[in-house]
Amino acid sequence: MTERRNLDTERFLAHYATMQRIRAFEHAALRAAREGLATGAIHASIGQEAVASGVCGNLGRSDLLLSNHRGHGHTLAKGADPGAMMRELFGREGGVCGGKGGSMHIADFGVGMLGANGVVGANILIAAGAAHGIRLRRSRIGDDRVVVCIFGDGAVNRGPFLEGLNWAAVYRLPVLFVCEDNGFAATTRTEALTAGPGPAARAESLGLAAAEVDGNDIVAVDAIARDFIAAARAGEPRFLHAKTWRLEGHTAADKGTYRPASEVEARWAEEPVARCEGLLGQAGVDPRRLEAARDAAGREMEAVFEEARAADWPPAATAFDDVLDTAPAGGGTTAGAAG
Amino acid sequence: MGELTYAQAAREAIAEEMRRDPDVWALGEDLGRGGVFGQYAGLADEFGPERICDTPISEASIMGASVGAAMVGTRPIVEMRFSDFALCAVDELVNQAAKARYMFGGQARVPMVIREPIGIWRSSAAQHSQSLEAWYTHIPGLVVVTPATPADNKGLLKSAIRSDDPVVYMEHKNLWSLAGEVPGDEDRTIPLGAARLARAGEDVTVVSWSRMVHVCAGAAAALEGEGISAEVIDLRTLWPWDRERVLGSVARTGRLLVVHEAVSVGGFGAEVAATVAEELGAPVRRLGAPRIPIPYAPPLEDRARVTEDMIAAAVREMA
Ligand SMILES: Cc1ncc(C[n+]2csc(CCOP(=O)(O)OP(=O)(O)O)c2C)c(N)n1
Repeated sequence: MTERRNLDTERFLAHYATMQRIRAFEHAALRAAREGLATGAIHASIGQEAVASGVCGNLGRSDLLLSNHRGHGHTLAKGADPGAMMRELFGREGGVCGGKGGSMHIADFGVGMLGANGVVGANILIAAGAAHGIRLRRSRIGDDRVVVCIFGDGAVNRGPFLEGLNWAAVYRLPVLFVCEDNGFAATTRTEALTAGPGPAARAESLGLAAAEVDGNDIVAVDAIARDFIAAARAGEPRFLHAKTWRLEGHTAADKGTYRPASEVEARWAEEPVARCEGLLGQAGVDPRRLEAARDAAGREMEAVFEEARAADWPPAATAFDDVLDTAPAGGGTTAGAAG
Repeated sequence: MGELTYAQAAREAIAEEMRRDPDVWALGEDLGRGGVFGQYAGLADEFGPERICDTPISEASIMGASVGAAMVGTRPIVEMRFSDFALCAVDELVNQAAKARYMFGGQARVPMVIREPIGIWRSSAAQHSQSLEAWYTHIPGLVVVTPATPADNKGLLKSAIRSDDPVVYMEHKNLWSLAGEVPGDEDRTIPLGAARLARAGEDVTVVSWSRMVHVCAGAAAALEGEGISAEVIDLRTLWPWDRERVLGSVARTGRLLVVHEAVSVGGFGAEVAATVAEELGAPVRRLGAPRIPIPYAPPLEDRARVTEDMIAAAVREMA
């Protein structure tokens, strides 16, 4: 572990608290899946918290974020309310999407989080477009927001990766793309089916300045994210390849038979929360402050879990809301002949 | 009032809406030079390259970026060139644009107009001739519009641009040069979801849309000489469609024929016919293309067309 002199301890205490909150949220989400309370698939990001905190911690509230199916951590780090998120996972009333999206479509437009996505790679194009929209309006309404798009290593083999990066480069859009490489795309090891020298080289070939970073090192992620977000805001799109490792299954149901337990155990030694804790300890931070942050996160997410469990189902009639504004001439519903 | 072609009418609608609302912009391949059918002619001169935006040949990006741009408050007009090429952007349209508002619990609005020219266009063959409107009527979250006349192309396009819904707007390539009277009034829009009575009649109701409306009207004129009075309704909007107008007409005439250029199997005519049968128990018939890809050679291509004679024969059998 790199020793860091002059560590901005307050800054990294904040990251530490965020990472602990993400971890506690993910543990609660996995428990909800095991107990059948979260009825859909749960993709937890345990082991990847430094990417979420390091990147999103450098965004303002009005900046925009697009995430993927493993988006709880990104969404929390962007400032969303974990209570509304957990209710969404449970499909309950008061869920951040009214119970219509679930884990894979978590979104909180109030904090600039424009959606996770159930389609690998699809967020790349939406992010490029959000940045395009911002640029179009910039001269008129002084919009200087930046867009961050986080996707997995699996997304770099889909067409939108090529189209979206080219798009961002030719129009010089205020967007940062982050490939959160957790070693696997579902049960497939990244390197097994990804040709060439890697995502950053692909991005560079399309004219984007790119970098690789140890995604479990919060200090390194924070530093590069800060630089890249500033550059992107100024109209120079950037690409970050953050290497991390998924410590839990692909979904809550995944037994992980495609990788030996010894490998997982070895990877636990490099996980980012303990590494951050070590750095802060070396920097002289009182261990009680770290303990307090961890305990607070645990209590917060436990409360959120219980509150979600106690919440009602959404009213069934809301299934028909928010489809279309356009109504047929004679009035009536657009939900179809039957409804 | 003035005479405009179907293409000019659309161009005028866009120019007026872009003057009215600075958040409206258009993007697609070759738009800076007026678009491949001239339907954007001169717009880049007036509005500049940012608002009449030339894009790479990246249909998924054109569609997907428009979803993001719409989410942040702009109103993109998305040019797909041919509806066939929009198939390269189906995820972005069907999984993203159509779903965003709903799956995010009403947090998102995705106001975009997706222009997808459809239809047989002499010897354009299997990948440049399709009419895939029925696919989109099947997708909750999309509006589907199929204008048949220059006046409608202006008024419906203006409504589509002003709508907060994603609107799949399907112009027929064989209608670009069709000329007709188009009201000049900038405030005149035509509501989405309202059908148009193309020709009044008593004996049978013929429902159609897009170019086929004109073929149906021709058949109805020919039948008049035989003493058969066919009412022709142009649906204009396929989703949401004007059930009231159609059911009201069939309640009077007692029979329904639906005619479209698209393949008959699984076409939107089946939806109209089934609704009329369910609601009124009236006899129904459909006419559409055989289930073959559109061929190239003219005599083969003609086998994929629904003709005036076929329509007249079907009406005669029903009347
Ligand atoms: C277009 C598409 N294909 C397949 C899937 C099914 N799927 C869901 S997650 C996943 C793996 C994605 O891997 P990666 O992008 O590396 O993200 P990770 O799950 O590792 O976080 C797959 C194949 C999907 N959601 N979308």
